[in-house]
Amino acid sequence: MSATDTASASAPVDNQLGAVRAGLKRRHAQERRFQMIGLAAVFAALAMVAVLFGSVLFKGMPAFWQSTLHLQISLNADVIDVGPPPVQKAGQNPAEFEAELTDWRRALARVSWNKILEKAVRGVLPADLADAKTRDIVGIVASGERYALRDMVLEDPSLIGQTIDVDLLADANVDNWLKGNIDRSLGQSRQQLSPGEQEIADALAEKGVITQSFNTGIFFNVDSRSSPASAGLAGAFMGSLYMMLVVIMLAVPIGVASAIYLEEFAPTNRFTDFIEVNINNLAAVPSIVFGLLGASIFINWMHLPLSAPLVGGLVLTLMTLPTIIIATRGTLRAIPPSIREAALGLGASRTQMVFHHVLPLAIPGILTATIIGVAQALGETAPLLLIGMNAFVASVPSSPMDQATALPVQIYLWQGNENFNFFEARTNAAIIVLLGLMISLNAIAILLRQRIERRW
Amino acid sequence: MTYKLLAGVAALAVGAAFSAGAANAQSRDTIQIAGSSTVLPFASIVAEEFGNAYPDFNTPVVGSGGSSGGLRQFCQGVGENTIDIANASRRIKPSEIEACNEAGVKKIIEVRIGYDGIVFATNADKDNFALKPIDVYKALAAKVPQDGKMVDNPYTSWSDIDSSLPDQEIQLAIPAGNHGTREVFEEKVVLPGCEEAGLPEMSEDEMKATCLNFRQDRVTEISGDYTETLARLEANDNTMGVFGLSFYDQNRDKLKVATMSGVEPSIDTIASGDYPVSRPLFFYIKGEHIGVIPGIKDYAEFFLSDDMAGSGGRLEEAGMIPAPEKELETQRQNVEDEKTLSASDLQG
Repeated sequence: MSATDTASASAPVDNQLGAVRAGLKRRHAQERRFQMIGLAAVFAALAMVAVLFGSVLFKGMPAFWQSTLHLQISLNADVIDVGPPPVQKAGQNPAEFEAELTDWRRALARVSWNKILEKAVRGVLPADLADAKTRDIVGIVASGERYALRDMVLEDPSLIGQTIDVDLLADANVDNWLKGNIDRSLGQSRQQLSPGEQEIADALAEKGVITQSFNTGIFFNVDSRSSPASAGLAGAFMGSLYMMLVVIMLAVPIGVASAIYLEEFAPTNRFTDFIEVNINNLAAVPSIVFGLLGASIFINWMHLPLSAPLVGGLVLTLMTLPTIIIATRGTLRAIPPSIREAALGLGASRTQMVFHHVLPLAIPGILTATIIGVAQALGETAPLLLIGMNAFVASVPSSPMDQATALPVQIYLWQGNENFNFFEARTNAAIIVLLGLMISLNAIAILLRQRIERRW
Repeated sequence: MTYKLLAGVAALAVGAAFSAGAANAQSRDTIQIAGSSTVLPFASIVAEEFGNAYPDFNTPVVGSGGSSGGLRQFCQGVGENTIDIANASRRIKPSEIEACNEAGVKKIIEVRIGYDGIVFATNADKDNFALKPIDVYKALAAKVPQDGKMVDNPYTSWSDIDSSLPDQEIQLAIPAGNHGTREVFEEKVVLPGCEEAGLPEMSEDEMKATCLNFRQDRVTEISGDYTETLARLEANDNTMGVFGLSFYDQNRDKLKVATMSGVEPSIDTIASGDYPVSRPLFFYIKGEHIGVIPGIKDYAEFFLSDDMAGSGGRLEEAGMIPAPEKELETQRQNVEDEKTLSASDLQG
């Protein structure tokens, strides 16, 4: 309707139209306002996520590049004076041989690896630092690296007597110094690195002996307190992996079976209503409660080992079960009754109907539910603290019964480390790894849903 | 087919998980340690070095939980799902020994590994503090004596307490009761300060309770570790925090330490006993587990070796104050002889 039309209309109609217009304008304005608020809310949420991810990435990325020494090390046979490894002689009893091998390995552990490292570092020092103190030189290299050298020789004893090129991590405080984590302008009394070490570190960095190299150790090393620079996530990763295996092996069969029973077979009565209400309640129980339950039942009563991924997995199973049951029931409910009726109509039993027709159609949904449940369990920390998984473990667990930590607990432990300057970046790097894992798990879930889920 | 597969996997999973768990519970071969978060860094270093130096033993696992938490776990009983060693930043109490004995832990071997200093520190950009025990007492007590009567604590700034102290608002972050540090803090600082303040006449128990009644508005009890205290200092930069010397030492870029009775805390002043607020560190071995869990005695001997706990060893580098050689020798002998501790040993 154009403006000229309305102008020629009579007064009462004009009034009415005016009222309608005003009302319309108000409603449109209201709608616009609402949309603006919605848009603002979306932006606020996005901004929060961006700030969180941004700060984690900003703080964490430096930890992936760590001060590394590139050295030529001569594994002098005079210093590594352990002889060739024992070989089992014909007719030697295995226990005797084992003892001999242990002695040899102990001897190898006692070799003065520091002497070898000192010689290698001295070899690349500029002339004006020729009289540097032994203590300062040894302090440049992360203390765990001498065992890395030892392990190299242990793996290949023929290296003794050779000169090899190796990359060794610098000490955590050298890394702090070179990255400027501690303000260099602060007085010497507030620095961690002794003046001698500072000179050596700067000289070596200038010569290119120390560079910031991509640090694979953060993925493949175990946690370390004795040599913070070598601390890595391998142990925590394996601990989390074992826990997730336990969760998948227990929560999926139990969860799917209960969902099928409740959805397809169970009669609707007070008892099943009661169960349903309780499953929904279970999903809302705070995770720390499961931790307390786990500590008192699995550890105190069933005498399962402390700090074991098995126990962690059991506790997380309890937590994941309701998620899987509820999601699986939803998937089953979404399958049209016509499929069930067709199967029954052709003479299938109810069990045949469920396992030949309904379940195959529900598998994509169940997979998605499982992945989401596992992703949730992967990030859970609180219950694990109560079953001793916050212990310091410096080895990779070889089975779900060995002591271990988990990725989120490792974040918690690193956050509490006293060498805060060094571990702040490491903590955030661990968060990046954990977030990366969760995002990929969720991406797989979405992909699966889009690829194979059938819509009705 | 799907049904059979599913049921098979489920049965296998449940069966495997539980039987393996039960079987393994009988043959743990890794030493399990828990307790004081002050001792944790030192014990972790030793555990790691131990695992590296002794290829035939697993690396011990070191948990935290505070001295009391560790000793409570330690006293839960004998068996492979209980811990073998408890770290403590204070001595075991007679009541704890009784609880241990009742649960079947009768062979408790005490090992004193060295010393730790407790320091008061502020943010690095604050003024210097020269504290005396009485200043700390007056800062945190709920009621202080004035003209022979107990009145609500009137002090809001450190300079109100003593004009030589900086004009900085009083905020204190002290360790909570689960930390062994708390006990030392009370015994070596608060109680002497309280005595000096001259409370009105009252019974001994009442006196102690009054001395240890802290004001809630300016004192925060920290039950987490020192990084939590550090975070408090960063959140409110007037806060003064209580730290272990080794923690302060690794964060000197952020913290400034206060002197106590005119002495600056350092490894030397604590070793010589000039700095008053220090305490011995311990670990307790469950004698029943020696020979059952491999490596317990070797670990204890390795801990006390010159390379670790000795002067100039790895632990001194990490901030622990080494015990005199003679004392270390006694400790080594105690471990060698498996000398056990009973409640009566703690009297006197």
